[in-house]
Amino acid sequence: MPGEGTSLTDPAKQFNEEMLIRRIREGEHDLFYELIRPYERRVYSAALAILRNEADAEDVAQEAVLKALKHIRQFRAESRFSTWLIQITVNEACMRIRKQQAQSSEPIIDQQDEEGNYTPRDFADWREIPSETLERKEVREMLAKALTSLSEKYREVFVLRDMQHLSIEETARALGISTASVKTRLMRARLMLRDLLSPGLGGNWSSKLSFEKGTKPW
Amino acid sequence: MVVNCEEVWREISNYLEGEMEPGLRLALEEHIRGCQRCTAVLDGTRNVVQLYGDERMLEVPLGFSQRLQHRLDENMPRSRRGFLGWMVAATAAVLVAGSIEVGRSSMLSHPELRSEHAQPGAGVPPDMVVVVSKDGKIFHGHGCPFIHDKAHVETLTAREAMREGYAPCVRCMKQYLTVG
Repeated sequence: MPGEGTSLTDPAKQFNEEMLIRRIREGEHDLFYELIRPYERRVYSAALAILRNEADAEDVAQEAVLKALKHIRQFRAESRFSTWLIQITVNEACMRIRKQQAQSSEPIIDQQDEEGNYTPRDFADWREIPSETLERKEVREMLAKALTSLSEKYREVFVLRDMQHLSIEETARALGISTASVKTRLMRARLMLRDLLSPGLGGNWSSKLSFEKGTKPW
Repeated sequence: MVVNCEEVWREISNYLEGEMEPGLRLALEEHIRGCQRCTAVLDGTRNVVQLYGDERMLEVPLGFSQRLQHRLDENMPRSRRGFLGWMVAATAAVLVAGSIEVGRSSMLSHPELRSEHAQPGAGVPPDMVVVVSKDGKIFHGHGCPFIHDKAHVETLTAREAMREGYAPCVRCMKQYLTVG
């Protein structure tokens, strides 16, 4: 899959990253920005996917980066730096969500039974979508809007696995849930997104995406 | 092994992950080949994973990087390199200031002036006889009306007075003092 995460399998890049981390730990803090620069977008998008609010996402992304700087000595080399950084971001975003929920009288937690099977609602034939479609802003916005329609527990798993390219195990660790739960939630998230988006590929998807605020089509 | 549509939907995500034992995978593929609905579900789900997995979906607002860097700059601990540089600069400044002070002291041959309003008496003839009062800060010529505590004056040379930190009287020594 494309993405910055896969690029880290490059041994030279990995070595360079390890060197940077070592020098930062030895006191050259100025190098930290160089270390996190390749992951800026991933940090922001992880925060945005969970918080669904740009201002909060930017604030949380900054907090996560500052926290990573502060705790750089606690980073263990057995995991990837990017995974560690995303994990911090997810924790920060979840904390912010909980704080917001505590202040709100309306519970946001989805009570849907995640163990049940998911039955697709749309069987329209999908043609293969060329990735060039993503050059169109309205397409990216539609995808983003569909994603924000998912409840938190599905959205965060989908974002970590399919957008941040964490492994199933890394996703489970980041969220503090079992790998079985990750797989179940991932299945549902993917199928729900497909249901949301598939009519559009037949030509009428924008109307399907016009949900009223706070409602779900399933 | 034979699987139905519900089993395909339940396993389709794992199928895309490549996490499936070979027998089940073959059964799934065989079912999908003959089922239009499951083909549609598989194609659509695969498209979802591919589209959302594209880097172009990771957008940041305009100016995000600059704001992040600014926030980092504000919270950046002083790096060792920076700290060493700062220490070197500080040490150099102390040494320079010290050498200036030492140079000035040796040149003027007197300690810090006793009065902050006093002017250095470099123009006063060093062998000139002057008077100082015991608790005063200024040296005067004999007969100066501004001598403090005339009952307890001491006579000495201007050189000695300046060495002890006395400053010339701006009135009676006016002719020896530089203006400005």
